[in-house]
Amino acid sequence: MGIPDTIPIIGGSWNDLLFLIFAAILIGSGLLVVILRDIIRCGLAMIVCFGALAGIYVVLGAPLIAGAQVLVYIGAISVLILFAIMLTQTKAGPARLVFQTQAVPAAIASIVLAVILALVISATDWGAAPERIRVATAAMARILFADFVLPFEVVSVILLAAVIGGIYLAKRELEPGEKRGPR
Amino acid sequence: MTNSLDAYLILSALLFCIGTFGFLARRNAISMLMSIELMLNGVNLAIVAFGAFNPHLREQGSIIALIVIAVAAGEATVGLAIVMAIFRNRRTPLVDEYDSMRQ
Repeated sequence: MGIPDTIPIIGGSWNDLLFLIFAAILIGSGLLVVILRDIIRCGLAMIVCFGALAGIYVVLGAPLIAGAQVLVYIGAISVLILFAIMLTQTKAGPARLVFQTQAVPAAIASIVLAVILALVISATDWGAAPERIRVATAAMARILFADFVLPFEVVSVILLAAVIGGIYLAKRELEPGEKRGPR
Repeated sequence: MTNSLDAYLILSALLFCIGTFGFLARRNAISMLMSIELMLNGVNLAIVAFGAFNPHLREQGSIIALIVIAVAAGEATVGLAIVMAIFRNRRTPLVDEYDSMRQ
């Protein structure tokens, strides 16, 4: 007995159900990232948000991007941000005011922006294909290393520059007379 | 629903606006960086969605999204390093207390 093609009783496709679940998790955890009082919980909600977005990529038919999302965002950037939170958090942090004074105008501006974007998106004819196109990884690799070689190399130089710049910026200045060595 | 471009684009617009609100409203510099990551993710979702629905883009959409992810990783590294450097001088992560240039 296999899984039926459509959801029993409701009658939608499984892809729709997955998309709705992932979208709900994505928007919910995204809101938690910006409104939670304790910043370490914001960081953890951000990991959930990135994971839900990886699920959306899978539903969208781009599994390679989903893999890169998990590796780079959940694996690297989240850990970096959690480290930075733990290095900069003070004891009084969560108890103090987390929003600027312009929070209410910012909320109104964001909602207006969201409404305008939604109207523009639904009013525009994008010339989209009626069906999703699955991206073949082999074809993608061929184009990446043929047409997109220059951006690829530029990105590797940018990453190298970012690593060196990050180390230089975050390095502690030595006090005069202090010896460099293991602490 | 999963076969319409609009659903994905509206989802990405919502994510972008959540990030905008967080960037404008939070006081903590690291919260602002996390909001920027949310905005980048929203844009990335839109790029992948365009690639998945436009026959002329196809693989290009995914490749551009990969490049955006790599550049976002570099941006996060440098941004957090700058926040750490400022934190070491001022002992606070709150951006509204970085006011030494004010008259």
